[in-house]
Amino acid sequence: MALSLTPVWRWFHRWTSPPNFYRISRPWAHGLMAVGGTALFVAWIWGLVFAPEDYLQGNSYRIIFVHVPSASASLALYLTMAITAVISLVWKIKLADMVIRQCIPVGLTLTALALISGAIWGRPTWGVYWIWDARLTSMLLQLFLFIGMWAIHTAIDQQKLADRATAILVLVGFVNLPIIKWSVDWWNTMHQPATIRITGETTMVWEMLAPLLLSMAATYCVVAALVLYRTRWEILYRERKTRWVQDELGIRGKA
Amino acid sequence: MLFLLRREWLLSWRRRAELVNPLVFNLMVITLFPLGITPEAEKLAVLAPGILWVAALLATLLSLDLMFRYDHQDGSLEQVAASGTPLAALILAKIINHWLFTGLALTLMAPLLGLMLHLSGDLMLLMMLVLALGTLVFSAIGSIGAALVAGLRRGGLLLSLLVIPLYIPVLIFGTGTISAAIAGLPFVAPLATLAAMASMALAAAPWVAGAALRLSIND
Repeated sequence: MALSLTPVWRWFHRWTSPPNFYRISRPWAHGLMAVGGTALFVAWIWGLVFAPEDYLQGNSYRIIFVHVPSASASLALYLTMAITAVISLVWKIKLADMVIRQCIPVGLTLTALALISGAIWGRPTWGVYWIWDARLTSMLLQLFLFIGMWAIHTAIDQQKLADRATAILVLVGFVNLPIIKWSVDWWNTMHQPATIRITGETTMVWEMLAPLLLSMAATYCVVAALVLYRTRWEILYRERKTRWVQDELGIRGKA
Repeated sequence: MLFLLRREWLLSWRRRAELVNPLVFNLMVITLFPLGITPEAEKLAVLAPGILWVAALLATLLSLDLMFRYDHQDGSLEQVAASGTPLAALILAKIINHWLFTGLALTLMAPLLGLMLHLSGDLMLLMMLVLALGTLVFSAIGSIGAALVAGLRRGGLLLSLLVIPLYIPVLIFGTGTISAAIAGLPFVAPLATLAAMASMALAAAPWVAGAALRLSIND
């Protein structure tokens, strides 16, 4: 293949090789965790204590600072997984499989967090914990998809097969993502449409919006850091028989 | 393609006893609802479309596991893959055959079951049309799940976990069509959505399932 000889391609292969990624990801993981953790702490104090009360919902709206970041991050994570799955299936990059494997528990947690915080928020606002509207149902589907990915990855013993089967499932489940995103626009849902808009008017006062945006950015950082940490563990685990890992951990000869 | 379809048909016909089981299962599940909820005709008539759909979905799942299992066990799947016949063609034949033996059979059973649930007679034809379309999507999407678990010894339960989330949209639009018809509202939009799903699933599923099946063959 002519493509495999281009410098960019060689660079890409070298960059995604497990030893290299393990080394360069360390400062990224620590850095993102430190920045994201601090920002999240600040955003939550700001949002929970200093942001003004909502004129309609009172204090109960403050769960938005958990609900929106986790929901948004879970969708972003799924998008990342789908892109990674394409990379894995087309170019068979080992690192991509490891990233997908470790995105599953993080995504599952975020989706569950979004659903649970939404239910807690729904009780005072809608009077019920759960309704079968399009946004909630499609989000529940995403939770099921994450469980399915986890189940199939666990069920297949052979690593390579498990990885590829999971990647296919990620791509099949991708149809659900636009449904979640635009369900509030396509159907008349109980769930409100997006408040924050990249284009057009954002219908939220600045004092509430600022901590919300900060908490979202912080959550993205923390999630990225978590995925990096988990991927690093996965690299160590899968490459545990290689010399560089044994050197890295200082267990040469003992293992 | 016709040859493949004929082969599938013959193989299924020789195992017809096994393929009747999901249909009997469907009948029994339907029987449980009036006994479990209420035998009152008015309440049952409202619940009937949903019950028919859920039972059809579960019955489809039961037979899905067999789609590739025997061919995988006796090695004929590898033979087909090695012969240069596109796997997608084989899978399309299997989807159509699976639909004939479960989806279409379930559709033909629907009037009888509808009668048991006091579903009004005017809706019966629509119900059958929607069921026929919906079960086609079930068979198509199901082939992906069946291909993913084909190599596993105990794939049945895992298959349900993988496939049920993907079936939910079909269920929503399927029951949506009937509910709209019951309420006297226009039902063409959900029906058209269902038809669109069926054509898209039929077009895409064989290729995805083919990619998944290659994994199971190569191990």
